[in-house]
Amino acid sequence: MRKWTIAAGAGALALVLASCGTSGGSDSATTAPGGKGFTPPDIPMQKSLGKSEGAVNILAWPGYAEDGSNDKTVDWVTPFEKQTGCQAKVKYFGTSDEAVSLMKTGDYDVVSASGDASLRLVAGGIVAPFNTKLAPNYADVAPFLKNRDWNSVKGQMYGMPHGWGANLLMYNAKTVKPAPTSWAAVFDGASKFKGKVTAYDSPIYIADAALYLMQTQPDLKIKNPYALDQSQFDAAVSLLKKQRQNVGEYWSDYTKEVSAFKAGSTVIGTTWQVIANIASEGSPVKAVLPKNGSTGWSDTWMVAAKAKHPNCAYRWANYVVSPKVNAQVAEYFGEAPANLKACQHTSDKSFCAGYHADDAAYANKIYYWSTPIKQCLDGRTNVRCTDYADWTTAWQEIKG
Amino acid sequence: MSVSASPTRGAAYLHRHPRLRLAGVLGAPLVWLGVLYVGSLAALLMASLWVQDSFTSQIFRTWTLANFRHLASEPLYRTVLLRTIGMAVLVTLVDLTLALPIAFFMAKVARPRTARILVVACLMPLWASYLVKAYAWRLLVIDHGVLASTLGVTPGFGITAAVLTLSYLWLPYMILPIYSGLDRLPDSLLEASEDCGARPWRTFRSVVWPNIVPSVIAGSIFTFSLTLGDYITIKIVGGASQMLGSLVYDQQSLNLPLAAAIATFSVLVMAIYLLLVRRTGALEQL
Repeated sequence: MRKWTIAAGAGALALVLASCGTSGGSDSATTAPGGKGFTPPDIPMQKSLGKSEGAVNILAWPGYAEDGSNDKTVDWVTPFEKQTGCQAKVKYFGTSDEAVSLMKTGDYDVVSASGDASLRLVAGGIVAPFNTKLAPNYADVAPFLKNRDWNSVKGQMYGMPHGWGANLLMYNAKTVKPAPTSWAAVFDGASKFKGKVTAYDSPIYIADAALYLMQTQPDLKIKNPYALDQSQFDAAVSLLKKQRQNVGEYWSDYTKEVSAFKAGSTVIGTTWQVIANIASEGSPVKAVLPKNGSTGWSDTWMVAAKAKHPNCAYRWANYVVSPKVNAQVAEYFGEAPANLKACQHTSDKSFCAGYHADDAAYANKIYYWSTPIKQCLDGRTNVRCTDYADWTTAWQEIKG
Repeated sequence: MSVSASPTRGAAYLHRHPRLRLAGVLGAPLVWLGVLYVGSLAALLMASLWVQDSFTSQIFRTWTLANFRHLASEPLYRTVLLRTIGMAVLVTLVDLTLALPIAFFMAKVARPRTARILVVACLMPLWASYLVKAYAWRLLVIDHGVLASTLGVTPGFGITAAVLTLSYLWLPYMILPIYSGLDRLPDSLLEASEDCGARPWRTFRSVVWPNIVPSVIAGSIFTFSLTLGDYITIKIVGGASQMLGSLVYDQQSLNLPLAAAIATFSVLVMAIYLLLVRRTGALEQL
């Protein structure tokens, strides 16, 4: 009996070892990532749009692919299915890291990637170059969203710009008085709300602390919150460790943040407009864009390199950035639409003005999520910047 | 002719070779077990020796101890490991304290009918989803929640809330083995002890406890190991605190090999625990 178990175990072990041995070694010699100058793996771009495959697997931020199940009046997936014959399966993710790891499984055709995921997807060969000619709505996308650091490499677009916006400061207007106007409320002033502060549970949140230091400690000379050398990084981390003492919980699942704000167990913290919309229903919760600016996102629909339904994926990317739908998504999520023609279709006619949708100067003031890499993104060449691996390690340490 | 003869011949051959017969019966399930348990553990160990590029999220299948060196050099992992073991011990103790009187009542005091109803009552919570129960506890311990409005105090989100929730979740796994242990203990032993003049505490210490130690250990294996690997409860009611399981969960999308390396911790702790249990000889009495 015992002998048998050992024999079976050894057999299984041998099997696993053998299967690993064949694939090991071959890819171990790849060079380290090279920042802006990196060469993405050679993946062919789709040349023409073929027939619909009848299905598409969409990986999206919550609120980007609504099919009416959360709110009956919010549904642009069903019309897409009718129009194109592509049955859509939607999976939501909570952080960019989750998006990257889910995309790696190869189960998804198209993903709404933020700037801290997009280049990782490109560099990892997980997404293919995007043929903008196959998505006619690309022509109407705001020019300041085309060929940017986070969605293109060496002049080649890697996706369809979707929309952009800033991270907001959400607070309970009943307990937080006077109303906060700056991020100081969650950093230097956080002890006033001990145990009731929240923050976004992702290493990228370190940039929020860096942005705050950029304004409050000019001697650190931070120019870009995603390009931090060791001493700047240490300052941001120690600020976050101080904040940790006042944090009740971190959030990445947005329903958790909503429930914490509604119950009053959290009264102040970072948020997105869509969460603020839900949380403010029936409770005194408000959100502001702090006067000293914010981090934010600029999202891009990217098509998987090994998409099983590439034609439907392109159709989705084109559809979701069409004027009417882009307007719907933007209003629901609370962000500036990428398609400037969407502004004529919003139900609130002043919507685009409020979000500065066509205001390139405003858009350039937001520090969009980007993946920190060794080569400093702010152009410094005399120091080595901290990379995402450093950020992830530090983030777990901050949480303790 | 030959067609109808072959099964008989086959049966006769098997009859002469008992080893082969045994292999035929047990082979398939054993291979399945081996692949599932030993195989997945081996895969975990192997993955922990790889490295992942945080930028391209490519996994390099080169053998290195870098992940373990990282775990040893960062004090965070030691803190979290000790915290998790501490919580597992605490949950086990809380469950033991609660389970002993309940199981004793079920096995020795209640009438058989009541005892059966109580067993069902103990099993009932297992029919509800883990998540539902954890979220129910979130509503209990939240500020201005059920505990605050009925008892006036609440631990709030944190380690205490997590220990309470986990103790609640794993309680049936402690009650049932102790109940069956007590059920097997003849009533006459308790009576004999009483006749000899032993008070209840003395009877418990000298008669009951030695007899149910194996059951208690069986229960503790459940409560200890389930707590050691938990990552959901801590996310729901633990506030900003981290456990070994939640570190693994957070790392698996960032750095899979490092997550695998952290996971070997809990495998190691459990292996040590089982070895210690084995040395007490409790496993043989089960």
